[in-house]
Amino acid sequence: MSGPVDRSGQDPAIGADAPSGGFRKGAFGVTGSGDTSGFGGLVRVEPGGAVALHSTDRPYGGWFDEVTDALIEAVGEATYAAAVQRVLVDRGEITYFVAREHLLTLVQALRDDEALRFELCSSVSGVDYLDSGGPAVDPGRPRLHVVYHLTSMTYRRRIRLEVAVTAEDAHVPSVTGVYPTADWHEREAWDMFGIVFDGHPALTRILMPDDWDGHPQRKDYPLGGIPVEYHDATIPPPDTRRAYR
Amino acid sequence: MSTTYNEADPYAGSRETTEGRVYTVTGGDWDLTFADPHGEERLVVNMGPQHPSTHGVLRLVLDLEGETVTKARVVIGYLHTGIEKNTEYRTWTQGTTFVTRMDYLSPLFNEAGYCLAVEKLLGVEAPPRAQTIRVLVMELNRIASHLVALATFGMEMGALTGMTNGFREREMVLDLLEEITGLRMNHAYIRPGGLAQDLPEGAVESIREFLKVFPARVADFHRLLTGQPIWQNRLKDAGYLDLTGCVALGVTGPVLRATGLAWDARKIEPYLGYETYDFEVPTADTCDAWGRYLVRMAEVNESLRLVAQALDRLEPGPVMVEDKKIAWPAQLSLGADGMGNSLDHVRHIMGQSMEALIHHFKLVTEGFRVPAGQVYVPIESPRGELGYHVVSDGSTRPWRVHVRDPSFVNLQATAAMSEGGMIADVIAAIASIDPVMGGVDR
Repeated sequence: MSGPVDRSGQDPAIGADAPSGGFRKGAFGVTGSGDTSGFGGLVRVEPGGAVALHSTDRPYGGWFDEVTDALIEAVGEATYAAAVQRVLVDRGEITYFVAREHLLTLVQALRDDEALRFELCSSVSGVDYLDSGGPAVDPGRPRLHVVYHLTSMTYRRRIRLEVAVTAEDAHVPSVTGVYPTADWHEREAWDMFGIVFDGHPALTRILMPDDWDGHPQRKDYPLGGIPVEYHDATIPPPDTRRAYR
Repeated sequence: MSTTYNEADPYAGSRETTEGRVYTVTGGDWDLTFADPHGEERLVVNMGPQHPSTHGVLRLVLDLEGETVTKARVVIGYLHTGIEKNTEYRTWTQGTTFVTRMDYLSPLFNEAGYCLAVEKLLGVEAPPRAQTIRVLVMELNRIASHLVALATFGMEMGALTGMTNGFREREMVLDLLEEITGLRMNHAYIRPGGLAQDLPEGAVESIREFLKVFPARVADFHRLLTGQPIWQNRLKDAGYLDLTGCVALGVTGPVLRATGLAWDARKIEPYLGYETYDFEVPTADTCDAWGRYLVRMAEVNESLRLVAQALDRLEPGPVMVEDKKIAWPAQLSLGADGMGNSLDHVRHIMGQSMEALIHHFKLVTEGFRVPAGQVYVPIESPRGELGYHVVSDGSTRPWRVHVRDPSFVNLQATAAMSEGGMIADVIAAIASIDPVMGGVDR
């Protein structure tokens, strides 16, 4: 798969002299303060490098193969090849990375096919992989991911679907037609991440006020907060404190 | 002289007199003015967000025709505190203190779900004693949570004694949790890798005492409410939602089990050794508020059984994983004023070992690193499937913590449960969902 991400220029905290390509300088990950430890010259692998694009080869093991075969049979080999970009088996969970054009075909089959029967959509959540060094390494940086957790009550199985889009073209088809429960989940993902779910009956903000600007859970949206004074010292708000990464 | 009636306004005629024009206003033209050509008597009622029957800061916009609800809209977000985003700016251990504040009636479930997710990412498992104590405190918490559900249910239906009794019995459970964790709620007791501390001395005896007293209190609750004709009439057939509706809307927990499906994560995908405990999953087949009430009452009894079994199998042992790179000191002692430091630990790091001090400092300020990846861990909270989708990028802080809160999802069913019914049944329907707004809005 593609190599580690080039993060220079993406993260101003690292600076231009930092080695790019999934490596990072320093032992403690502290930025913005003078290095008095002498460990600042150390180079180590970027932590997020481990989530960098990789996929699992078949056989996946357990019932994962059974589900995958049933899915291929349900939607057809060609559609499956076009729809599922890669599959990842990690920590006993299987993730299908899906192209958004084929999402609805897939979830319809996953819900209705007798061998699949994922009747329950447990959760839909957004994840912003901006500057994580993680899966957002594709050209065009599809940093926004929509993660669907589907549950088969019949077979007692859980799978995960993941759709990645760029922030500039953050459109994903709504699955509310297949899973009505996704209604509020998708509204929350719109509210928090600015992901537009095309075909949603009423995609409005759900947790933030209707006239709010921005999408608070994006990584480039600040946490906010004010400095606190305590015993003549000023403690900055959490998102501007120096951090170990 | 004759009165001339204005063609356009038959009720406000006028006539010319020597004193000028005199108007005759008769009124009674309301029927004409407010004619309802479509036969509708539409009324929009805004209920909440501050209303004693809305179960917290929940706002309902109800379209009424007479007393019939034609449309029910739920407006949430009044208690949004940004907990999910906040966890991204703290260490993995500090995350516990945030998630415990979400669903404030079941804090220990939030902690357990979060910690199980972090442990799955880390690839570690809490020691057996910690797991048993987790089951123990969670089941105690389930009793407390169901008691609040039943108490507020009573209050909202007009059975005020149900509320006073429910909160009184809940206080017994909260006293136990305070004795064990130091706090009545927001415990931060379950930590990644184990527990904050072991059971304090005397806790086991207190719980045994509680187990002796409590079944009688449950029976009292039954005597107070279950057989009452008014209670039954208010609950039966109110807030109907069948199995198909529940699955389509993602509803889990007692609402789903009241449709007859024994879907309980403790049985389906056991965690913390639930498969080794002997307990039943109560169900009802009425699909209405009455069935949900009965399921909750029965679950209180099952939780009592689980607490007794957990007590019986408590073996001495550590309550935190061995790995010192993850394990926060878990030998805290409980002082008279709540939680306290372990004097032995303080003596060790301050007086005996420089390395131990450095290690303690690094572990507490920097925290531990969690290998990159993502997991989804569902557990059975009193309200249904509580799922934690946790993403790590390999650093000392969570990259993303998403909580699939059962209240959030179940509340979506309000419209399906109440549209077409009476306005009074809306209250019964929402009370039977038992949403906790802290969890809904996070």
